[in-house]
Amino acid sequence: MPTSPSEPYDLAVIGAGPAGLAGAVTAGELGLSVALLDAAGTTGGQYFRHPAPGLGAARPQALHHDWAAFAALRRRLGASGVTHLAHHHVWTVQRQDDGPWTAHALTGAEGDTPVRVRARAILLAAGAYERQLPFPGWTLPGVVGAGGAQAMLKSGLVLPGQRVVVAGSGPLLLAVASSLATAGAHVPAVIEASGYLGYAHRPLTLVANPHKLLEAAVHGTALLRHRIPLRTRSAVTEVHGTDRVEAVTVSRLDRDWRPLPGTGRRIACDALAVGHGLLPRTELATGLGCATRRAPDGTHALALGDLQETSVPGLWAAGETGGIGGWQLACAEGELAGIAVAARLRGLPALTGSRRVRDLARRRDRMRAFADTMAAAHAPGPGWTGWLTDATDVCRCEEVTVGGIREAVTGLGARDTRTVKLLTRAGMGWCQGRMCGTAVACLAAAGTEQGTVPPSAERRPLAVPVPLGALADQPAENDRTS
Amino acid sequence: MSNSSDVIVVGAGVIGAACAYYAACSGLSVTVVDRGPVAAGTTGAGEGNLLVSDKEPGPELELALLSATLWRELAQELPARIEYEAKGGLVVASDATGMAELRKFAETQAGAGVTAEEIPPGRLHDLEPHLAPGLGGGFHYPQDAQVQPALATAHLLRASGARVRTGEEVTAVLTGPHGKVRGVRTAAGDLHAPYVVNAAGTWGGEVAWLAGAHLPVLPRRGFVLVTEPLPRLVRHKVYASDYVSGVASGSAALQTSVVVEGTPAGPVLIGGSRERVGFDRTLSVEALRRLAAQATMLFPVLAGVRAMRTYAGFRPYLPDHLPAIGTDPRVPGLLHACGHEGAGIGLAPATGLVVARLLTGDQPPLDVGPFRPGRFAPAA
Repeated sequence: MPTSPSEPYDLAVIGAGPAGLAGAVTAGELGLSVALLDAAGTTGGQYFRHPAPGLGAARPQALHHDWAAFAALRRRLGASGVTHLAHHHVWTVQRQDDGPWTAHALTGAEGDTPVRVRARAILLAAGAYERQLPFPGWTLPGVVGAGGAQAMLKSGLVLPGQRVVVAGSGPLLLAVASSLATAGAHVPAVIEASGYLGYAHRPLTLVANPHKLLEAAVHGTALLRHRIPLRTRSAVTEVHGTDRVEAVTVSRLDRDWRPLPGTGRRIACDALAVGHGLLPRTELATGLGCATRRAPDGTHALALGDLQETSVPGLWAAGETGGIGGWQLACAEGELAGIAVAARLRGLPALTGSRRVRDLARRRDRMRAFADTMAAAHAPGPGWTGWLTDATDVCRCEEVTVGGIREAVTGLGARDTRTVKLLTRAGMGWCQGRMCGTAVACLAAAGTEQGTVPPSAERRPLAVPVPLGALADQPAENDRTS
Repeated sequence: MSNSSDVIVVGAGVIGAACAYYAACSGLSVTVVDRGPVAAGTTGAGEGNLLVSDKEPGPELELALLSATLWRELAQELPARIEYEAKGGLVVASDATGMAELRKFAETQAGAGVTAEEIPPGRLHDLEPHLAPGLGGGFHYPQDAQVQPALATAHLLRASGARVRTGEEVTAVLTGPHGKVRGVRTAAGDLHAPYVVNAAGTWGGEVAWLAGAHLPVLPRRGFVLVTEPLPRLVRHKVYASDYVSGVASGSAALQTSVVVEGTPAGPVLIGGSRERVGFDRTLSVEALRRLAAQATMLFPVLAGVRAMRTYAGFRPYLPDHLPAIGTDPRVPGLLHACGHEGAGIGLAPATGLVVARLLTGDQPPLDVGPFRPGRFAPAA
């Protein structure tokens, strides 16, 4: 290992989920000094989320089919010499000219102690967050994110309700329904907006990814065992209840996700777990000017080179930040990135010509192709706004309704998310548009008739809120971490 | 839709909107064209400062005072949602020396029609209860006000009745015999008008260049920090006395002289960094550090408050810090209305009124000589 404390790390990895873990471990094993930063107290990220040790859960692996893979990564991490910086919330990453990078983070019990971590290279593995589409009643207590419900189960073993409808779109819904049922909830139905027919157009991609078929089969079997019906081309178009969820209305959708009038059916339940896939968490990279690509599911992911480097030299990315694709893809990409960083910093280009790298790249490409097929199948259709009313809240933080946004679009000329935000405050609140961004973009696009305005890339220069005192009190820059 | 109008305004920011509004009030038909959305440039990145307090006697102050009157009128005519607030400004000095300078400055302003009331140290907290202890005093400027710039722009445009064509970039300025302007070309087609107003703000130099004119507008970057929503902690626009010198300076290096203010929606806005770095949007931690340090020095209570977001904007800066308002000396039919640096929101209505008067051949409401766009003509 290198070094005096004033020297930067070789690599700072942001995010300790599957991609970040794989990247950090790989780079560490290749002899680099590595810092692994994550907001959580334990490694594993969202996918391998597990109860805090204090909760005394005996078998966290009960909720994870792939626990052995995670356990192996964790073991290697322990032996690799990687410095795990838990509870570090990175709010921006910067580089002075050609010098080392600086990751600015907040840590400490109150999350208000500023820290800088300097490194010669950055691997961004910040993961994803859930895509939400609003509908009448979605602000009622008892409506939770599908991913959120899964996280609650994985970390605290809490059920969102006794009778939980699972709705939205994407493969996560099957996993969530199966976890909820296994944990003892009654799941009256899984409501999937897409037709699942999109997969059928790319049979070769499916055959090339047998593990995905296996996953689907595992969840499908669970649904069968618990007698959970799966309704495709349907959506929850309204939630009923006064103080909390009492029932939902499920309507049939046409191919464009437009609800078909007269098809609404009520299902009694006390909770709704809903999500429409995942959104790559890219703000640390877009703030640095990294190029993005439009994924088939309509999300913006980082555009990456063959060896996972972003368009900004010295900054690599792996996992969901480069497009939603699941934990196995994330691991392959993390490992590739780890090797690529070592090759660059050590001046050993031969490292990237190895058989291992060729295999990894092939696996990555295959899994990416599958992910893109799936993403296309679950992309929200343009007709979904048909289930909104003018009174539906879109931005929950700032209480901006559909009507307010439509007025900004038709009356004031807003044509994109940023202008809607400026004119209505939608997206200015605590979540900084993470919750309402997709909906606002769709409603704004409805206004483009003559001369379309290209969608402005979402900019969030502060990835997390920063106390002014911490901003004012920046530590001196003479330490690797200070 | 007809592609002809009396005047084409290039730029859907606050200056373009004000030009469209006053031109339409004068009976002209107006088309506004912008390559982006409404208020997407510097307007959308501004705090909505309508300040007279930071201006020394001279042409810009005259423009600001006229604008202050016009904004009060507009606040009556436009919906309340533009968030016009006649909240007043409070300039504070850290010690007696700073206070003496403020006093001298206020005296010179008084002759030009600026009202300023001296606030001794003991009374500062009556105006701003959360100000730090031990300050040297300050001056209260009741004519300073605030508006939500994007909403004000959108509502000015709507009230003008102008045709607004967003997402259409001007690629050429069309000219006829003797070089007389006859419209603009966009990707969507040609638009015709005998007059074109360049209200493209920080990008006004490019539009001038398309027309064969010369206007050296440069970007001067500023950051704004936006806090979490708070109950009303800060009542006025509060800034430290060195803000005035920061505004007047031409230095390229990073300068910060903080302005702190509350908003009707709850967040506190902290702005006042200036640096010439081209159109670089990359976050500057050093600029944020200084803004935060100065803001928490003025209001210690803010130290525990979280900044939710930050954004950069690019002030359109001309070498002598005065905007270019008026006819182009070389291109008949071309008018300029840009280069207002950090004061564009405040100076917009008077600028729009001047442009409208020039378009109709009427007498401008004030002496526009100092704003002549031709003053930057390269030496022959």
